[in-house]
Amino acid sequence: MRYSLFSVLSQALRGQRDWKPQWRDAAPKPDYDVVIVGGGGHGLATAYYLAKEHGLTNIAVLEKSHIGSGNVGRNTTIVRSNYGLPGNIPFYEQSMKLWEGLEQDINYNAMVSQRGVLNLYHTDAQRDGYARRGNAMRMAGIDAELLDREGVRALVPFIDFDNARFPVKGGLLQRRGGTVRHDAVAWGYARAASERGVDIVQNCAVTGIRRENGRVTGLETSRGFIGAKKVGLSVAGSSSLLAAMVDMRLPIESHVLQAFVSEGVKPLIDGVVTFGAGHFYVSQSDKGGLVFGGDIDGYNSYASRGNLHTIEDVMEGGMALWPGLGRLRLLRHWGGIMDMSMDGSPIIDRTEIGGLYLNAGWCYGGFKATPAAGFCFAHTIARDAPHPNSAAYRLDRFATGHLIDEKGMGAQPNLH
Amino acid sequence: MRIRCPSCGERDNGEFSYLGDAAPLRPDGMEASAEAMHDYVYLRDNRAGEMRELWYHGAGCRAWLVVTRDTRTHAIREVQPARDVAKARATTPAGSASHA
Amino acid sequence: MLDRRPNFAPSPAEGGGLVGSQPFRTAAGGLIDRRRARDFTFDGRRLSGFHGDTLASALLANGVRLVGRSFKYHRPRGILSAGSEEPNALVELRSGARREPNTRATMAELYEGLEATSQNRWPSLAVDALSVNALLSPVFAAGFYYKTFMWPAAFWEALYEPLIRRAAGLGRAADAPDPDTYEHIHAHCDVLVIGGGPAGLSAALAAGRSGARVILVDEDFSLGGRLLAERREIDGLSGPEWVEQAVAELKNLPEVRCLSRTTLFGVYDHGAYGAVERVSDHLGVPPAHTPRQRLWRIVARRAVLAAGAIERPHVFGGNDRPGVMLAGAVRTYLNRYGVLPGHSPAVFTSSDDGWRTVADIAAAGGRVAAVVDSRSEVPVALRRMAESAGAQVVAGGQVIGTRGHLALSGIAVRDSYGGTLHIPCDTLAMANGWNPVVHLDSHLSRRPVWSEDIHGFVPGTLPSGMVAAGAASGRLTLSEALESGARLGAEAAESCDFTATAPATPRTDPESTAHTPLWRVAKPKGKAFVDFQNDVAASDVELAHREGFRAVEHLKRYTTLGMATDQGKTSNLAGLSIMAELTGQPIPAVGTTVFRPPFTPVAIGAFAGHHRAKEFRATRHVPSHAWATENNVQFLETGLWLRPAYFPRAGETDWLQTVIREVETVRSKVGLCDVSTFGKIDIQGRDALAFIERVCANPFGTLKVGRSRYALLLREDGFVLDDGTVSRLSETHFIMTASTANAARVMQHLEFCRQWLWPELDVQMSSVSEQWAQYAVAGPRARDVLKRIVDPGFDLSNEAFPFLGAAEITVGGGIPARLFRISFSGELAYEIAVPAAYGDAAWRAIMGAGLPYGICPYGAEALSVMRIEKGHAAGAEINGQTTARDLALGGMLAKKKDYVGRLMKERPALTDPDRPILVGVRPVDPSQRLRAGAHFLAVGAEPSLAADEGTMTSVAYSPSLGHWIGLGLIRRGHERHGERVRAYDPVRGGDVEVEICNAAFVDPAGERMHG
Repeated sequence: MRYSLFSVLSQALRGQRDWKPQWRDAAPKPDYDVVIVGGGGHGLATAYYLAKEHGLTNIAVLEKSHIGSGNVGRNTTIVRSNYGLPGNIPFYEQSMKLWEGLEQDINYNAMVSQRGVLNLYHTDAQRDGYARRGNAMRMAGIDAELLDREGVRALVPFIDFDNARFPVKGGLLQRRGGTVRHDAVAWGYARAASERGVDIVQNCAVTGIRRENGRVTGLETSRGFIGAKKVGLSVAGSSSLLAAMVDMRLPIESHVLQAFVSEGVKPLIDGVVTFGAGHFYVSQSDKGGLVFGGDIDGYNSYASRGNLHTIEDVMEGGMALWPGLGRLRLLRHWGGIMDMSMDGSPIIDRTEIGGLYLNAGWCYGGFKATPAAGFCFAHTIARDAPHPNSAAYRLDRFATGHLIDEKGMGAQPNLH
Repeated sequence: MRIRCPSCGERDNGEFSYLGDAAPLRPDGMEASAEAMHDYVYLRDNRAGEMRELWYHGAGCRAWLVVTRDTRTHAIREVQPARDVAKARATTPAGSASHA
Repeated sequence: MLDRRPNFAPSPAEGGGLVGSQPFRTAAGGLIDRRRARDFTFDGRRLSGFHGDTLASALLANGVRLVGRSFKYHRPRGILSAGSEEPNALVELRSGARREPNTRATMAELYEGLEATSQNRWPSLAVDALSVNALLSPVFAAGFYYKTFMWPAAFWEALYEPLIRRAAGLGRAADAPDPDTYEHIHAHCDVLVIGGGPAGLSAALAAGRSGARVILVDEDFSLGGRLLAERREIDGLSGPEWVEQAVAELKNLPEVRCLSRTTLFGVYDHGAYGAVERVSDHLGVPPAHTPRQRLWRIVARRAVLAAGAIERPHVFGGNDRPGVMLAGAVRTYLNRYGVLPGHSPAVFTSSDDGWRTVADIAAAGGRVAAVVDSRSEVPVALRRMAESAGAQVVAGGQVIGTRGHLALSGIAVRDSYGGTLHIPCDTLAMANGWNPVVHLDSHLSRRPVWSEDIHGFVPGTLPSGMVAAGAASGRLTLSEALESGARLGAEAAESCDFTATAPATPRTDPESTAHTPLWRVAKPKGKAFVDFQNDVAASDVELAHREGFRAVEHLKRYTTLGMATDQGKTSNLAGLSIMAELTGQPIPAVGTTVFRPPFTPVAIGAFAGHHRAKEFRATRHVPSHAWATENNVQFLETGLWLRPAYFPRAGETDWLQTVIREVETVRSKVGLCDVSTFGKIDIQGRDALAFIERVCANPFGTLKVGRSRYALLLREDGFVLDDGTVSRLSETHFIMTASTANAARVMQHLEFCRQWLWPELDVQMSSVSEQWAQYAVAGPRARDVLKRIVDPGFDLSNEAFPFLGAAEITVGGGIPARLFRISFSGELAYEIAVPAAYGDAAWRAIMGAGLPYGICPYGAEALSVMRIEKGHAAGAEINGQTTARDLALGGMLAKKKDYVGRLMKERPALTDPDRPILVGVRPVDPSQRLRAGAHFLAVGAEPSLAADEGTMTSVAYSPSLGHWIGLGLIRRGHERHGERVRAYDPVRGGDVEVEICNAAFVDPAGERMHG
């Protein structure tokens, strides 16, 4: 059923009786043209664009648990395209443009909300760094504004301008940045992919990748062997574990990133604000909870939870930026497992094994990339060649030195 | 998380910083190959399970430590001074990467 | 002290005896202090309660039942519970900067002058305009917003979303900085006991008597748990009497600490726990020098989880109407607070313990309108007891609907024959079994397991070191609580090497836990709520099922069940049970939701502690700080450092004027600058030089004793890590400097190399950054000034102590010092280091000695100008993305040694001749200003990523040249001197034509510093 005001009203009168499952909970078929491993946002988007852009229909998405149970459902929902390096800029801007048309495209309201992303600076050096980034964005046709202190005050008058340890001097604003209702992205892509014939197979864990003569032939799973001409891995957090099944070692470590939400309150803050003198950023969800986050805990982990030290660090940043937060209460904190790559940038590429493709290494930036990652990964799989916008995300860049290191932290994943 | 530093006792993980897997060994010397160095610098097993890893007690005694920890549960089995581990290793030929 | 008279006293006179101003207060009984009245306001209405009340009990005593409005439908809501699980009775407590939204009235202690305001309603609680949402509830089903508001696209941000945002949220946050303070405390113990009810007290006693260090925490303001709320007997004592005795003993045990008002909110790895103590929340304003709250970080070897259980509501039509309460809560209000919430209460139960409510009401002299038990078999004794209390008993019946507008006035009951009875009542007590508090044990990713005995989840594998006792472990009787608490408390102490024995379990009065859960009432009349706060009804769970959201996480996220401020404490199991019914699975097969920390919401301020405002992070002062502040300094933030930026003099009106004067003074006379912020690393040992060779990319083999050399450090990936100097003080003693920003990172890196890479080298090192004050004395008269500082006997002449000399000297008559002839400014310059304790004196002495030569202090700004004039790379260029070659330092790289970064810097992309390289740029029109962050474009090129040739990294106004100059990284820059490009800076509206030139603008041959 097409979603619209009309369908919502007519179902209201009919006791909501006629709604159908939003996606088919498929049983696996013996063979597929393409199998995507990972029913997160990226995997589902990849399946959708494979079907929509490349006319493939014999596709399955395998999810070990239930769709959307990984990072697409655990992140802080921010979307933006305020990157500074040429390898990243066109990709994230493509993603932003796809967000802007997503709801009409997939007929699902994911609440793409462009209320602005503001990165604060506290020193002249930070200002110049943001100018460098903002100028690069502008040269690529992306909106960016460098605000001074008064410009920031006009947007967020409640932050600490007068008594701060690191006074705010201004900020870089991308007005087109904002937030998206994260779960709805997974569900919306699942529904749209399912309508185009994609099999979404839940509770199906991949236990092995079968190869013959250097080519993938299919997957061993908890629901039996599933043949596949092509396999795309899209399992951020667990990429190394899947790669190990074909004896690949990746330039990736798995780290835990915590996220936080406060109790719901009446509107306080419109857009996203990022503190520049500590690890803290904040936005407010449509339900009223302040959603915030900070730095990764900093150690390898496959446990989706972190420790108190990081929690305190984030809250300290919050109080330093916004002293009015003190009496608001933290409602929940949780963790997700990030693929932290060696230069802080992702990988969308073929592998040395024929028919095996890799979408990995998203660090903590994977959510905003969801549409473009799906789009470009689908292109890479269907055409066996990179999409121009993701061409920099090669797996061999660490050997050639074509790194995309926005922060300049080098080969230490927990510093990106 | 609590880490038992051999010289300082048990401390909160906030006192330490993390480098990662202790298994890769630097291919030392003028004969080392670029390929071996690439693997050392960039490739990781990233195991889900017990792993030996390097931590630095920066807010304490400045010792580098080899911590044997399970990445699924965070359970720590052993903490050793990295220098002791490295000295014991010195008897094996330099440049032999352990992940071979 | 609270009034601890037990409520066993004969009931007040039939139909009377209620306190006049508090019509629902019993005449006697309860643990409140009736001699201490407490006045408070709710929505501006003046009311009165007693010391020992919560806001909820005081409101009920006054007959206030409507307390809030629900999240989505704005339905009237009252008080459901008497504890931290409360989903409905949320208020704004206090006002102004102390306003606390979403405060649970059930947890707020009453204090004199308490001010509470209802929330999420307009214009008033009784008349709420948005209650129209309730009429639209057929439309506002779960997830409806995912299906609409999509057209036209621009309307989302402009119209739909602002409306949704305004309607959502609950209370209003404070609109000013929090005026109160918070503090952190760390504590270590052998046994942590979580919960101060019968199980927790028993555990603490058993462990504490052994001498173990015990910390007992409880979220309530009084220890005792359900013993304060039930009429029970332990060894002939009433519950409160037994508690008083236990607490008295605990307080006498020297190693036991009891923390009430303290919520254990989170369990973290390796026995670390987080707890928050509400130190002053029961007072109007925190007393002087007292925090509002205190965050405890507790490290415990063992923990006994004795957090009790939470009662389950029934799911039936209109179960959210004010007046519908948990049965245990009704007993709490009656027995602990002396409040009978209604004049004609009814009871809806699926368990024997629901009938306790009838007995308690009867004992307090109240009358019970009806008892509806969903079980068809009801013990005769219970039926007789109820009938003698005047209650109509309906066995095998179900409450299917409720009546009333803003409060309950009656219930509709379907009897066992299918007929419907309408029974007037003003309170309904629901008893549907209890759920152990399994939240804390799931914080470490562990899942609870299903117990058929109690029809609920109980702890599964607990975190290492934790055991569960009492109701938290599914042992729901008092006797079991006392037994398991004592036994596990003793065992915990034993496992910490104390000798402990569990005492004999006290005798308790008989009780029955017989229970047949009723997961939901069939064919309810009206919306049957599962999650009260988020307005999730049983029909929403059905819709989620219909639409395929059947996994527990899908159910939760699609319907928002369990996502409210109570984290589903009263709703999660009900949601699961309905989904189980719909999918035809047993409940545990549907799954369990993982409870996240914190157990109950915790103030952000408590987590931050004192790290706020100026104390957010430490502030580091340079050794000359005092002098600088006496001399009109302007500071600059560099990491944690406050560095002197410049020193304005009278008559100077703008920073540039000052900086120009400082630069000119250095270049023509002499200046003094505090450079102590640089990292200083003392390296000693037989292999110290070999070590330095391996960590530095440039050769050091020829460095003689008494000489300094520029040092370039790479990361192993071949990019530049940092630069500094290495000075050789003796054969085996070296001092390395690192930049201010990278000092800690370089130290960590060197320790890594020393301890892990090359442990065989005989080398030791220590950071001495804070032990030495270091000052640059720069300018043509620098030597003249220093002559008056260094002790006689040291030859400062150019021949004896040339450029890049290094020496250990004495100053001021025998004070040890180090002198380095290094220059950042390009002038004749020295850096002199003295022990930090002499830093202030040395600075003053040098300033005095320089007076005849016109010395001026200069700050980081002038320092930066002069380094740009000299074309030295600094932080803006050494940004982690540049190689030595990029910085025009490729020529100094060693060829014949191995060093960190040697191999990786040779990768093709890092040696690509097209890479941007460091150059100088000057504006073609000398009057134009340059700005760092501008990008370089060919003159006439359309701005685009493809046209981007590099960036301007540093700029300065050069007093020496009389115009702005810049450093930048531009493609093939070294081949392009003389070429003109645009410096394009659209974010600041800049577009300046510049000429590429040599980066060394001043004295390119370096003659001055050699002089």
